[in-house]
Amino acid sequence: MTTTLAGRAVRSAERPDWRDGKRYLWLIGAVVPMFLFLGWGLVNLTGLGLFWWIGPIFIYVLIPLLDLAIGTDPTNPPDDIVAWLEQDRYYRWVTYAFLPLQYIAIFVGCWLLADHGGLSIVDKLGLTFTLGTLNGIAINTAHELGHKKEHLERWLSKIALAPTFYGHFFIEHNRGHHVRVATPQDPASSRLGESFWAFWPRTVAGSVRNGWTVERSRLRRTGKRTWSPRNDILNAWAMSVVLWGVLLALFGVGMLPYLAIQAIFGFSLLEAVNYLEHYGLARQRLENGRWERVSPRHSWNNNNVTTNLFLYHLQRHSDHHANPTRRYQALRHYEQSPQLPSGYAAMVLLCYVPPLWRRVMDHRVLAHYGGDVTLANISPRKRDKVLARYARAVDAEMAA
Amino acid sequence: MRRWQPKPMAAFRCEVCDYVYDEAAGEPREGFAPGTPWDDVPDEWCCPDCGVREKVDFVAVAS
Repeated sequence: MTTTLAGRAVRSAERPDWRDGKRYLWLIGAVVPMFLFLGWGLVNLTGLGLFWWIGPIFIYVLIPLLDLAIGTDPTNPPDDIVAWLEQDRYYRWVTYAFLPLQYIAIFVGCWLLADHGGLSIVDKLGLTFTLGTLNGIAINTAHELGHKKEHLERWLSKIALAPTFYGHFFIEHNRGHHVRVATPQDPASSRLGESFWAFWPRTVAGSVRNGWTVERSRLRRTGKRTWSPRNDILNAWAMSVVLWGVLLALFGVGMLPYLAIQAIFGFSLLEAVNYLEHYGLARQRLENGRWERVSPRHSWNNNNVTTNLFLYHLQRHSDHHANPTRRYQALRHYEQSPQLPSGYAAMVLLCYVPPLWRRVMDHRVLAHYGGDVTLANISPRKRDKVLARYARAVDAEMAA
Repeated sequence: MRRWQPKPMAAFRCEVCDYVYDEAAGEPREGFAPGTPWDDVPDEWCCPDCGVREKVDFVAVAS
């Protein structure tokens, strides 16, 4: 209570002499679900079915281009503003606003798919991928909400995850990934030499397994059964069952393949972002057997403004791992964190093509470790190959 | 004869996110009933709010 009161006093009386240039731009993130209606409108206006694909067009074409055109912004809020910035409830409402719009888009989308829109099968696929894009971006909203201490926000997080059946994410991510990030034990940290396509099954299966283990040990300590409504993974999945059940009841069993495709595409977007956030980065094992503490050097960052606005500063990933409960508007850029050559959106596209990805990223991992590839998080299956390819750089340096 | 005195309750803070484990309150959601001493919390238990620091990284809160 005291913090809130103190915060209010600051806001009204001695409002700091600093303006948040992004304050109203954050609303862009909340209107992402409305792209479905933009697409629908463009289809009607132009007669081109192509615009049903507005979701994929948006993330794979438009955002990378806007990142190129608008560029980066490395500025940070001053340190003494952070607390003031975090208590401003406006920023929370921006994330909450995403949810009703997300659900409106899902119901309207399914209504259109159920032959109310007179769509061809290709149009329907486009609309399905657009829904997948929205629900994939919703996992990012769920991520922002799920890290918070407030019960309400954690609950909203599960609602945002329901359409993609990814409710286990908010357990595994907070209590698994953040603890083990950039170690070989983390399924959601990708390794040098590991392609996105090899990472995908490992992270999808590993996240369910790890999340389940974390939740089971919590329930065992509380003396409750694993298979109970108290199980946060089960009750999150139950929300998905209810949502999908309602959609099937309203729009027919024929919705099932579309729902499945959009869910797989949606959570695969998230996993592509997981892939590029920690690629090849490793925490070293200390003498006492523990892993070194997470530092800014263990996440890839980027300051492209457009992607940052759409993903609530997710690309300021080092600060997020150092301070996971810090709210998005207050996340900072760190000079010592490794930087991606482009925004997350363009990098997602790149990771689908492993030879291109390796060409762009592997030498950056190597440079980050001063040429010593043994310090990187290397895929065990590719270890010999990776060492053979990159250890030469170290040898050459030694000889010089 | 001196009567047995219970150990005073202590509290421990996560330095990353300021979460406090108070022995008197415990953390029932995590399976630690009120009054559970810090010694009974497993070493690998990590901060329930931020997930960054484990029990051994917590610092005692001056009472």
